[in-house]
Amino acid sequence: MEIVMAIVTGILYAAGLYLLMHRSFIKLIIGIILFAHACNFFLFTAGGIERGMPAFIREEGQSVEGLSDPLPQALILTAIVIGLGIQAFAIVLLKRVYHTSGTSDLDDLRNTDREAKDA
Amino acid sequence: MLDTLTILTPLLLPLLAGLLCITAWKKPDIQQVIYLFSTLLTFSATLWLLFRVDEVGVMTYQAGNWKAPFGISLAVDMLGALMLTASALLSFVLYFFARSHQAISKARKLFGFYPAVLLMSFGIHGAFITGDLFNLYVWFEVMVIGSFVLLTLGSEARQLEGAVKYVTINFIASSLFLTAIGIMYGVEGSTNMADLSVKLHDGEVNPLAYIGLLFFIISFGIKAALFPLYFWLPASYHTPPAGVSAIIAGLLTKVGIYAMFRVSIFIFPANDPALSKLFLILAGSTMLVGMMGAIAQTDYRRVLSYMIVSHMGYMVMGLGIGSKMAITGAIFYILHSIIVKANLFFMGGIINQHSGSFSLKGGGGIYRQLPVFSVGFFICAMSLAGIPPLTGFWGKYVLAQAGLISGNYIIVGISLATGLLTLLVMNKVWLGIFLKNPEDRANEAIKPVSERKFAGQHKGMYITVLALSLIVVMMSFLPEQVIQWSSQAAESLINRDLYIEKVLGSAPKIK
Repeated sequence: MEIVMAIVTGILYAAGLYLLMHRSFIKLIIGIILFAHACNFFLFTAGGIERGMPAFIREEGQSVEGLSDPLPQALILTAIVIGLGIQAFAIVLLKRVYHTSGTSDLDDLRNTDREAKDA
Repeated sequence: MLDTLTILTPLLLPLLAGLLCITAWKKPDIQQVIYLFSTLLTFSATLWLLFRVDEVGVMTYQAGNWKAPFGISLAVDMLGALMLTASALLSFVLYFFARSHQAISKARKLFGFYPAVLLMSFGIHGAFITGDLFNLYVWFEVMVIGSFVLLTLGSEARQLEGAVKYVTINFIASSLFLTAIGIMYGVEGSTNMADLSVKLHDGEVNPLAYIGLLFFIISFGIKAALFPLYFWLPASYHTPPAGVSAIIAGLLTKVGIYAMFRVSIFIFPANDPALSKLFLILAGSTMLVGMMGAIAQTDYRRVLSYMIVSHMGYMVMGLGIGSKMAITGAIFYILHSIIVKANLFFMGGIINQHSGSFSLKGGGGIYRQLPVFSVGFFICAMSLAGIPPLTGFWGKYVLAQAGLISGNYIIVGISLATGLLTLLVMNKVWLGIFLKNPEDRANEAIKPVSERKFAGQHKGMYITVLALSLIVVMMSFLPEQVIQWSSQAAESLINRDLYIEKVLGSAPKIK
């Protein structure tokens, strides 16, 4: 199972980065979303994956062997919520940029990198 | 009980005030009062915290009474306390600056300027207080979301454009940070800083942990705008109004460098020669490349943006040399940099009010018309360049001495050259904005105005920049106390025993 997760995580990272480097706004947003998923999967895998065993210790002295670590799952939950906030902000921001600048091409957003023309 | 309250105040007050401000939506007058009282109280609380930490060394609080490696620990050592005080001071003086509608437009205040600043400082304070890596990630996010709002508030085309770059690159940095936490958790099974520190100093370090460190360095390198990762900073920091630029420029990169100090000295063993070399190369190239950018610019705020990048190099230089003296110098330099850089950005607001532009080519004649303000600027500019006896000099002096003792002559040479080039750039600013005669220009002349009248119209802005200049002067002539505190901060990073003991207590070690 872990090998499958490793491959999925790798593909998500790669796809996310690849899309982030594109010029289109939409691809930027999808890239951000995929990249966030990749991180969450990564954390998830770091906790160890075990099937069919809830991480509860029912009686005193029970072995923790075979239980997955619940902490990364709690961390992911937080990370998902934060990711949601950032993605929502990014989507609204890009929509706003599209309305003010009339372009959906990141290559047209180079004015702040340059020396101001009125200088 | 009182100590617990002292640790929690810098978190609870900005949060509470921020929420209160949101309930008073579109009533900037009420928000302004809430802002004043909360930041004043927070600043006093951080001062009190600083003195308490001076007494006891490290103050801790275990959230929810969960024992240390399991729950979230909050821990303030000298480094955290110093950074907290500096950031609370900036939020407090911002009140005076933001009071005038010329500095921060009325529309911005109507749409949540005050709550955004308060919630951002909530995140910044959290980052300095927490003793847990994942919690640090959460505070980073709180902070950057606040800064996103501040950067885009007003929705000017340039602001939005700068924000696209800022948001994307910050998102990537945060994701890499999260990945690094995943690696550390996978390898060492903990996110508690003290616990990790114990595990990583205990015998052989798992080589996988170093991959985690690399991710941390890249992520914090983006946040702190170090050499190959700095392009977003000069593309976005000059777009919002001066007051917003000042607080963002003064604090956010410093939080990145703070995290880098924590992770690379405190959590990981710092004596790795390859790592020191990496930091020294980063430091040298950051200083030089940033300075070249600054020389080429003709817009006051863009000059300053590149200056921020360049001067981050000094802090990383302390990290690269790695001796206690070097780290002391670097911490002193961080404090100096927070106050001076923020003040220079604040001054940009006054310059814009006076000359109607930030351009080094357009304005002129400020020295003749506003002598007091000009003296304040001169002090800060010379302090940045490191002219004795101003603050920048003390930081550079300690760093250079540490570099010479450890035999890193090249980086000392580069740092001194950067100081000289800073002087050159500041001279350019001084000539272009302050000295040049406005009558020389062909286009519209600036109406002559007496300083008394101008200061009366811009009372808040004047109070802010003069107060910060005064603090720079005080730090310049009485540096012993601050250097001693910085030295204690360096001590607490290098000798981790006290911190670890206070956080972990006698809790059993979990293998």
